[in-house]
Amino acid sequence: MRAAERVSPADVGLTKAEYQRICDTIEREPNAIELGMFGVLWSEHCSYKHSKRLLRRLPSAGARVLQGPGENAGAVDIGDGLAAVMKIESHNHPSAVEPFQGAATGVGGILRDIFAMGARPIALADALCFGDVQHPRTRYLLDGVVGGIAFYGNCVGVPTVAGSVAFNPGYTSNPLVNVLCLGLVPKDRIVRSLASGAGNAVVLVGSATGRDGIAGASFASAELSTEREEERPAVQVGNPFLEKLLIEACLELVGDPDLVAVQDLGAAGLTGAVTEIAAHGDCGIEVDVEQVSRRERGMTSREVMLSESQERMLVIVRRGAESRILRVFKRWGLHSDVIGRMTDDGIVRILQSGTVVAELPAVFLSRGAPEFVPLQPEATPTPDPMLPREEPVRPLPVPQDLGATLLDLLAAPNICSRRPVFEQYDHMVQTNTVAAPGEGATVLRVKGTGRGLVLGLGGNARVCAADPWTGGALAVAEACRNVACAGAEPVALTDCLNFGDPERPDVWKSLEDVVEGMREAALALGVPIISGNVSLYNETMGVAIPPTPIVGALGLLEDVDRHARAGFRHGQTAWLLGPLGGTIACSEYGALRDWEDGAPPPLDLALERRVQACVRDLVAAGVVQSATDVSEGGLAGALAEMALTTGVGVACTDFCASAVASGERVDAVLFGEGPARVVVGSASDRADAVAAAARAWSVPCTRLGATGGDRIEIARILSVSLGDVNERWATSFDHLGDE
Amino acid sequence: MIESRDGLAGVSVRFGVVVFPGSNCERDTLHVLTDVLRQPADLISHESTDLSGYDCVILPGGFAHGDYLRAGAIARFSPVMRAVERLAADGRLVWGICNGFQVLVEAGLLPGAMLQNAGLRFVCRWVHVRVDADDTPYTHSTSSGAVLRMPIAHHEGSYFVSPDQLARLEQRRQIVLRYCDADGAATPSANPNGSISSIAGVCNEARNVFGLMPHPERCAEPILGGVDGRLLFESVLSRTSERHAATDGDSRPRALSAAPGTGVAGG
Repeated sequence: MRAAERVSPADVGLTKAEYQRICDTIEREPNAIELGMFGVLWSEHCSYKHSKRLLRRLPSAGARVLQGPGENAGAVDIGDGLAAVMKIESHNHPSAVEPFQGAATGVGGILRDIFAMGARPIALADALCFGDVQHPRTRYLLDGVVGGIAFYGNCVGVPTVAGSVAFNPGYTSNPLVNVLCLGLVPKDRIVRSLASGAGNAVVLVGSATGRDGIAGASFASAELSTEREEERPAVQVGNPFLEKLLIEACLELVGDPDLVAVQDLGAAGLTGAVTEIAAHGDCGIEVDVEQVSRRERGMTSREVMLSESQERMLVIVRRGAESRILRVFKRWGLHSDVIGRMTDDGIVRILQSGTVVAELPAVFLSRGAPEFVPLQPEATPTPDPMLPREEPVRPLPVPQDLGATLLDLLAAPNICSRRPVFEQYDHMVQTNTVAAPGEGATVLRVKGTGRGLVLGLGGNARVCAADPWTGGALAVAEACRNVACAGAEPVALTDCLNFGDPERPDVWKSLEDVVEGMREAALALGVPIISGNVSLYNETMGVAIPPTPIVGALGLLEDVDRHARAGFRHGQTAWLLGPLGGTIACSEYGALRDWEDGAPPPLDLALERRVQACVRDLVAAGVVQSATDVSEGGLAGALAEMALTTGVGVACTDFCASAVASGERVDAVLFGEGPARVVVGSASDRADAVAAAARAWSVPCTRLGATGGDRIEIARILSVSLGDVNERWATSFDHLGDE
Repeated sequence: MIESRDGLAGVSVRFGVVVFPGSNCERDTLHVLTDVLRQPADLISHESTDLSGYDCVILPGGFAHGDYLRAGAIARFSPVMRAVERLAADGRLVWGICNGFQVLVEAGLLPGAMLQNAGLRFVCRWVHVRVDADDTPYTHSTSSGAVLRMPIAHHEGSYFVSPDQLARLEQRRQIVLRYCDADGAATPSANPNGSISSIAGVCNEARNVFGLMPHPERCAEPILGGVDGRLLFESVLSRTSERHAATDGDSRPRALSAAPGTGVAGG
């Protein structure tokens, strides 16, 4: 293949219809190099041909939005002349094959998206999903992915400050690695990938180009086969040291009048970067592959154009300033080459020693992929919403020892302490981390401003699998709720949509429903979605992952000193804001009891908005210093988390009594899950203020008890010592899958 | 010189912070020196060959030259290291933090060697360290036995010396900091990386070269959850400015609001 260059449309993943469209438009058959270029750029990974239509529905406008979807990353105004730049991206397929390098290069890729905008990356967060903890491969994948993130993030000096690790049998063959990066830049210095000016120089800087990751975008747009080991060459190898030099060199050039545009080389390598930069600026580009420094001898033009070698950036430099800019790179120990010029004819032209080897219209190459038209899903009987909720097939007795149940729940794979993970990440470098992982939502200071930024993540596979609309809406609500618990106003969202094969009607339908749920929640909560990424074909042997939207929320604190953390303090009153009862269906407790999932609890977006506003007000007023949302593990799980975080116990009254009297199960009240719920700790003399805020926002409010001591007690229902709880909670993660 | 910020205080100690390719704590260190302590400080390129204007040169944390081969193994050959050696021989202060400590060990300016952490994983967490020698320019604002709370963040921080060397270090009181529990006991469970004899920081015989694995620059402001790291910077300030005062009749060092040395709460 390397020598013969004899390629068919199917080899590069193009359909017959797509191939015909190419021939019709360029009025000839594309050659092997051109076909390869279409193959990667018209893959789902690059063209979003399956998801574009849906993504347009997501709200992306807002008063603070400086850059919405369409650039390397989105940006919002956070005051003081600063912009926060944010994006989340997946690296699922490479991580399934080679977890360490797959995850490491995922970090590298998202960092380049951020500093391509001129922003200094200030934080990373990652959402990881793995399969059955008992499966022998799960531990290998988990250790590899966490090790890869630590290897890359720690070395480049960007703190990994937040994250989630979820286990669900649906991810056993297809783990998910979604990495979010946040950056800061003076808002008048945002760099865009908008090139212009015929004659300006096209400079390639960073790593030399090798055969690694040839056509990785096409690889990421197909199902994994059983011969995954043979796909290893499609996974790239990361060099975080080189990336660190690239960051510093590129940031030194921000604001330089001779720097016209910057584009990172990610999926589709040089092909993607030159095409994007030409299509974006509505101009043309001419590149000679002979000028590209290589790592290996004998590479063909096609290989150079399709390589996904890491740590490379494309920089457009004003004509005449080339040698000065190249000297800056040299000072940082970076190699750079002038590989071509911008033109004004709208054509991407690839030369090899002066001979044209590919010549294609930039906009067509970039955006010409026909959008996918979904098949009508087969008519499946939809449950009548008026019918009562499904009752469990078999009875579920209320446990005798609810304390023991709480301990088991806190030791569950999805709930136990993540300290063994986040201690492997440098979460303090750059000295902005005010509230670290393990203390609730991460709070970062913005040096020199008095403001703070908060990162929150949301996404719940179990709910998405049961009800994609609710799952999509809940991912947005949860991410915003996490931010609200710190006392911050959510100002921007970024999302990563992880799904199976979109051409399967059930997968398509779930994608549509998830996006609709996210849209409605983002509108209800008034937060724009400024960037995102779609990862499809997450399936193996025809079995897809559960639909998995991961949402990241950026929150803004006007006064960084005024924020709440998850841990209780001594002498507080504990309250529940939001409804008291929870649902066992779709809960961790249900999973623990091996109870079949039914419908998830309904999500009332108006109530969600009011609960979040209420918490925010109480934190801003200084009434509440501790807050965490009720998620996996339910109300008792939230109380335990708050107690474990600081080692301060809590003694509750029988707050379950009224619910139980009205027919609720006590285990559903304690461990059931549901949205729009937050546990807060207030100064004990501010009970009136809590009640008043709850009334003002029409939020149900229940006084739970008082903090202090070294036990978690709920009247005569449950009493466990913090030491015993901590023993299970803190040590379980390192022993997952043992036995 | 890459960047320079002049201090606002009347009395000043001139600090230099070396930037190797791959350093990543140089800006954090500079922030503490200039924004918190209001001292003049420069970032210094790894290619600089003249450090004669500096009272104290800091080798910051990070991954110098990617820590390829071995942490600090390539950085020791940087041109700036010849100047660092001269500065050390001259009796000025040379201070290695985390990766900087690894570089000083590789360069032979401090004894011993660094191994991978006993757990074979990168570890980022708050730890306690006990001051075992308060008669160094870096610790004289504390007192022996004081317990400080500081963050660590490293993968190759297991300090090693041979039994003979260890005895010599003990005898010459070169062991400055030891990992310990909150009560100051250097127990095995309080040792986060398997360092021999729980060593977290050592100095050279002349006591002017000092290296430690914890990050004092990450705990010099209350908002970050602790201020014990300030004590080390303040030790350097008062010691060096006393020397200035002795030589040029300058005023006494500016009083800095030193925080108590133990158990500063946070998180």
